Order: sequence, then C-alpha cells, then structure tokens
Amino acid sequence: MADEDVVLLDFWPSPFGMRVRIALAEKEIKYEYKEEDLRNKSDLLLKMNPIHKKIPVLIHNGKPVCESLVQVQYIDEIWPHKSPLLPTDPYQRAIARFWGDFVDKKIYGLESGKVWTTKGEEQEAAKKEFIECLKLLEGELGNKAYFGGENLGYVDVVLVPFYSWFYAYEKCGNFSIETECPKLIAWAKRCMEKDSVSKSLPDQDKIYDYVLHLKKVFGIE
Amino acid sequence: MAESNVKVLGTWASPFVMRVKIALHLKSVRYEDVEEDLLAPKSELLLKSNPVYKKIPVFFHAHNPICESLIILQYIDEVWTTSASSILPSDPYERSQSRFWAAYVDDKFFPALRRLLIGATEEDKKAALAEVVGGTVVLEGAFGELSKGKAFFGGDNIGFVDIALGSLLGWIEVIGKQCETKLVSEAKTPRLVQWADCFSAHEAVKDVLPDVDKLADFGLKLRAKILKALALTN
Repeated sequence: MADEDVVLLDFWPSPFGMRVRIALAEKEIKYEYKEEDLRNKSDLLLKMNPIHKKIPVLIHNGKPVCESLVQVQYIDEIWPHKSPLLPTDPYQRAIARFWGDFVDKKIYGLESGKVWTTKGEEQEAAKKEFIECLKLLEGELGNKAYFGGENLGYVDVVLVPFYSWFYAYEKCGNFSIETECPKLIAWAKRCMEKDSVSKSLPDQDKIYDYVLHLKKVFGIE
Repeated sequence: MAESNVKVLGTWASPFVMRVKIALHLKSVRYEDVEEDLLAPKSELLLKSNPVYKKIPVFFHAHNPICESLIILQYIDEVWTTSASSILPSDPYERSQSRFWAAYVDDKFFPALRRLLIGATEEDKKAALAEVVGGTVVLEGAFGELSKGKAFFGGDNIGFVDIALGSLLGWIEVIGKQCETKLVSEAKTPRLVQWADCFSAHEAVKDVLPDVDKLADFGLKLRAKILKALALTN
C-alpha cells in the first residue's frame, strides 16, 4: 500500500477526538497526532476546518475530513480490510448509524452537560435523563459482548470515549453510573481491555481534573 | 418496479419525510404513503415504530422500521443499487464531504430556520434571520465546491446534499414570506437560486414539494402549537 499521510488535529480530553484515535488504532494506521490549544487555534486548524473551527480534524494526504461520525465512517471505508466497524448488511448498518447518532444527540449534548454544570433540581433532571439514555443503550447492547457483536464496531467506537468522562460525571453529580447501568460499565471495561481503546482514552482522574478546571474557568460552582 | 412492504410513515408537510420520498422516486421504488397528523396526538404506529424519538419519518422495509431521514437515505441508496441514480458518491472522500454538508444542513442550518419560524420576539427573529442568511452564504460556497460546475451538489444528478437541503425549500419560501425577505437571494446566493429552480423541477422532486400556500397555512398552525407547548414548559 502506498505511503499514507495521516494527521489528526485533536485535543486530549475530547471524546470526539478519541473516536478517531480508536478507529485509526483499530485499523493499525500510523498517523501524526497534533495537540491543539483551543484558546489559540492553529492556522492549520482554521484552514482545514473553516466552517466549524473545531477538532478533531483528520487530514488524509492533505485533504481534511471533519465531524467525528463522518471521520469514523471515512476511516472504515478507506481501510476496509482490517477491523471493519460498520456491518455489511444495510439494515444492520442503519441500526448502527441510528445509535451512533443517538449518542451524539443524547449522551453528548447540552442536556447531559448539565450533569456537571448545574446543581439542585436542574442537575437531578439532567442525571435522570442521562441514565435513561444510557439504559436505552444497554437495551441495544443486550447480551452481546460489544455493540458490534463479537468485535468492536461503529457504536462501540462512538460511545466508549464517554467512559473516560463517567468518573467526572459521577463525582459532580454524586451518583454511581455502575449501580444504574452495570451492563454498560461491564461493556466499557471489556472495551478498555483492547489497546486501541485503552491507549486512546485519557485517565479518568485527568478528565475529572480537567472538568474541575473548566468549572473554575466558567465560574460554575 | 413495485415493491411490497415499503412504507413511509410521515406527513406531506415535513421536509424530512420529503427527503425519503425523493430518494424512493429517484430509485423508482413504489411505496405505501401513511399520513401522520402532526397537529393530533401521535399514532400507535409511530409510538411503536420509533419509541426513542416518536418522530416522523419512519421508513419500513419488509416490516423493519428505520428512523432518521439521512440514515434512511443511506439505507435506500445501499439497498436499491440497480438504479443509475446513486445518492451518495462512490469515492470515499467525496462521500465524506457529502455527509459533512448534510450534517451542516441538519445541525446548523435547519435549527436556525426553525428558530426563525417560531421566534417569539423581534430580537429572536433578527438573530435567527442573520444566522439563516449567513448559512445560505456558507451553502453557496459549498455548492461551488461540490458541484464542480454542474447543476447539482451531486454533480449531474441530485444527490445526498441536494436532497438534504432541497427538501427545505418549501419551508424556506414560507418562512421568508413571513419575514418579508428572500432567504435564498439572487444578491447573496445566485448559484443557490439557480440550483433551487433545477432541484424543484426535477422529475423525482416536483410531485413531492408541497404547495407553498398550503404549507404557509400549516406553518401558522404548527407555530401556534409549538409556542403553546413551550409556554407550558416555562
């Protein structure tokens, strides 16, 4: 295979960046990781993602691909032979895309952010919705080892990065995700046994420190 | 070719439902059209087939329900491959660009359009209007990139981004009339204006786009319903 030039513009706590790291690791693709300072975005970032100016940006042979769900599908299509992430059956693909989209709409969104940015009634409501969404995902996982079946698939790659944020959510929200969703935590730990995942996710204590730092910066109690 | 067990649960007014119908027309797939009344309580069929979001469109193929219009479009494209009309490009990089821009329409452009429709105060409407017009300028740029001088975002034929954005044209006209502005203007977005005409006239599209007056009337009712619901939650 010809020499591929792959660059990832990323920010270490970003779950969206983690998705791309995992996908590239699953495909065993070597790439250059570039850490962005989001308060001082690089010229390269602004040039490669002029519309959203956000990370992650995947640059393949000089051409940018933006938006993590788009990036994961692109990676899967460019390097189809190793660790296929989406199933081959169109209906199963539609289901995988649906749940991937659900993770973005419901697990990462303004509402779930309220678990660590608010207090009192608002926080309780956010926690309740967050757990309900995780339970729906548990239902979809069922008795499978991974959402992808026997191996990591698209939904696994899309969801597992948030596991690195769970500890911070639990500390801020004063609740235990494992008590509410034991199957999901078991699944996450199973994913973490894979190098492609464990090497792509930061330590959850570091994420918690980052969240505390954000709270200070934004003046959140 | 007549297909049994192909059903679309939706409503004539929904741009997301229109997307699915355009795709089926492109592929010459016949389907059963089941109308859901958006102004009435949700039907049993809807609640059962889309328990997560309880929204239309729901697409049924051999009794399997699929939700979320862009996901349905990709399914249709992957199942009915015999037709000459491919909805997504065959090149993976071009495919990623199409997905990016369709996501832009849904994540950025449509929410701004919706805010413009239901904006309660003059200030809300002004901010939403600026966002929508800004969005059209961005999409004009995208059209330049993706069309490569051809008539559609998809090139010679309508594709994923054409369907994603084009399905909003009826609402864009209705909301524009409400604000007394042309949201897709000759001055700022001449290529989009031309594209809109080509898209609306396309064989697969022209019978799906709704009558603008009928849509305007429905828009008023929908806006009232949404504002009432918002008032109850505040």
